[in-house]
Amino acid sequence: MDSLTAARWQMTVSLAFHMVYAAVGIGLPLLLVMVEGMYLRTGQEHYKRLAKKWSKVIGLLFAVGAVSGTALSLELGLLWPAYMEIMGAVVGHIFGLEGYAFFLEAIFIGIYLYAWDKITPVAHWLSGMVIATTGMLSGIFVLGVNAWMQQPVGFEMADGVVTVTDPIAIFKQPLWFYMAWHSTLACYLSVAFAVAGWYAYLALKGRNDAYVRSALVAAMLLGGVCAFLQPLSGDLLAKFVFKTQPVKFAAMEGQFKTETSAPLRIGGWPDEQARETKYAIEVPGGLSYLATGDSQAEVPGLDKFPQSDWPNVELTHLAFQIMVGSGSALMFVSAWFWIAWLRYRENVLSGRWLMRALCVVAPLGFIGLEAGWMVTELGRQPWVIQGLMRTKDAVTPVAGVQGMFIAFTLLYALLTVTVIVLLRKLTYSGTEIEKPAK
Amino acid sequence: MISTELLVNITAAAALFGLMAYGVFGGADFGGGVWDLFAAGPRRKEQRLAIQKAMGPVWEANHVWLIFVVVVLFTCFPRAYSKLAIALFVPFHLALVGIMLRGASFVFRSYQSQQAEEAAETSLWGIVFGVASIISPVLLGAAFGVVTEGLIRVKNGEVQAQPWFWLTPYAIANGLLALTTCAYLAAVYLTNETKGELREDFRWRAILAGTGTAALALLVLALAWFEARWFVDRMLSPQALPVVIAGLVCFAASAWAVFNRHFILSRLFAAAEICMLILGWGLAQHPFLVYPDLTFAATAAPRATLYFLVLTLPVGALLLLPSLFYLFRVFKS
Repeated sequence: MDSLTAARWQMTVSLAFHMVYAAVGIGLPLLLVMVEGMYLRTGQEHYKRLAKKWSKVIGLLFAVGAVSGTALSLELGLLWPAYMEIMGAVVGHIFGLEGYAFFLEAIFIGIYLYAWDKITPVAHWLSGMVIATTGMLSGIFVLGVNAWMQQPVGFEMADGVVTVTDPIAIFKQPLWFYMAWHSTLACYLSVAFAVAGWYAYLALKGRNDAYVRSALVAAMLLGGVCAFLQPLSGDLLAKFVFKTQPVKFAAMEGQFKTETSAPLRIGGWPDEQARETKYAIEVPGGLSYLATGDSQAEVPGLDKFPQSDWPNVELTHLAFQIMVGSGSALMFVSAWFWIAWLRYRENVLSGRWLMRALCVVAPLGFIGLEAGWMVTELGRQPWVIQGLMRTKDAVTPVAGVQGMFIAFTLLYALLTVTVIVLLRKLTYSGTEIEKPAK
Repeated sequence: MISTELLVNITAAAALFGLMAYGVFGGADFGGGVWDLFAAGPRRKEQRLAIQKAMGPVWEANHVWLIFVVVVLFTCFPRAYSKLAIALFVPFHLALVGIMLRGASFVFRSYQSQQAEEAAETSLWGIVFGVASIISPVLLGAAFGVVTEGLIRVKNGEVQAQPWFWLTPYAIANGLLALTTCAYLAAVYLTNETKGELREDFRWRAILAGTGTAALALLVLALAWFEARWFVDRMLSPQALPVVIAGLVCFAASAWAVFNRHFILSRLFAAAEICMLILGWGLAQHPFLVYPDLTFAATAAPRATLYFLVLTLPVGALLLLPSLFYLFRVFKS
């Protein structure tokens, strides 16, 4: 394994790992302030018990997310020093803003977790609001840097050195706005459906008390709203990518040939040798319509670009299909849940097929999140900064990247296993399982 | 109109300020881990409980200072940061493993057990927490040492460094000095958060660590005389010497205060000592970020980037300082 491969894998493992915890840090605080807010309004104890239980979960996962995020902030430079030289000078200040937001989040998470009895209930709820807000903002700021990697703006270079910068340019970058919406919704979806899946599982075990019901409704409220907003944000983002990163767009859709009335391909496997996407269900004119609003329009295929500028088409297309499929499934189950809720109210928890479906789709939010990230990042290859610097030119010249990759992978594996064991332990303590069914 | 030179200095000062804060807060966290590992005597459990109680709510915030320093460095001095990242690839990576393991094992240990009491028992995650708390400050201290030793050379934009070049006696002595300093700081802070015999336990630990710190400081100085003479000269120059002396006086004062059980004073002086010594180090380094090839001015980002970052500092301070004050008031009063 050469340095480049090892460095890319280390980045993949680190980000794939951290992303889960980052999403929890963004999504779960919002659910927390929902149930804790309900407790403040109604005074019903089960809301408080839910908030306490979820705050235990957050205490564990936020800590792991904080340390893996610290690691990432350094790994970026350690693995990709040449990239860092340019990125830091041009959009490092966006990481600075992220730093402030994350700092606030870390401060108030300490207060939230440890000061239940030390400050007033309203102050406690407000510190939860601060966590939810700053968590969302941290994510959005990181996306600002990522948007810049997709479409670098606001600088001039001479002899490989950044000479002039415009720190404001990135704020006017529409891609950031589209990505921020899409990814923030994805984080909410991930958390909401994971939570909903767990309480649906408890419902299947026979629980139908206020505790489980409230948890499920809160999660499906957040999940339902986001599941229906997500296709809209995705459509806006894809249209923008079509205009600005046509190679990525073609790879996502498995579009090898430039053609008018391009079909929308659902599923399928792109064959880079044969230069066609096989086994897909094709909707005639669908892709042209989605990209431009005109089903006759021409869609540039990969054939317009030299193969050395192509990303890995198989993986990009596959990841895109997984993301869209996950999102669609979540939307379908949300609609099912809320229609059933309107008809049956509380009895919805006795609907075994619905509860089973919620269990099945529980991981799809996270799977969609990871797949979407792969679309963005794999689709940008071979560039680390689109059009400016290739990934292979950014990797560190240091020997021994392979060793670090192995060490870090083992470390992440250890952390993952331990977190799973401890989460299981949390479910057996207190209100989650012990309480007999009503 | 602020001159670019001033912007460079302000951002360098911001990084130095972050380093001071990381030393005062994060350093004590590392030290807490050390005393957790070496908890001994009849009040072993009580010692660990006191450390857990002191660290629990604040350790995550304390470690954001490291991120702050890193972000200021790569934003404002990207061409020096990238060289550091290449030269210190191995020690930084290992320090990261330590930072990840200690944070994770700290929470793992408390989630492993049903009650706080149980978490104070000797456990696997407890040992991981302690060992990682030793590794990280030693490596970060050694990195400091490598920088002051002038071992990182850059020729034509290329870093001339072997993977293990940083393992020199001087760098290791710096690492050990960082470790004992963290241990001293933590023990002094803990005397402020405990009572009675438990407080005496930490007082003795402070005396022990303080003695070790003084001895190692002499060793580092002696080694610097041979390995990093330029740095000794800079420390003795008029721009740094008064601050270094102030730092040493603070150290002596905090040691005196520990000895005579003026615990509040000892905490004050110990924190001031760290700030003064890091400030003195920074003043001695200036204008070099990495001696002798990388200066702040020559590696700085374009003016607009520096300006933006400087403008965010008061906004950040306005948001963060009251929040930090609130955090410490809720838990430390």
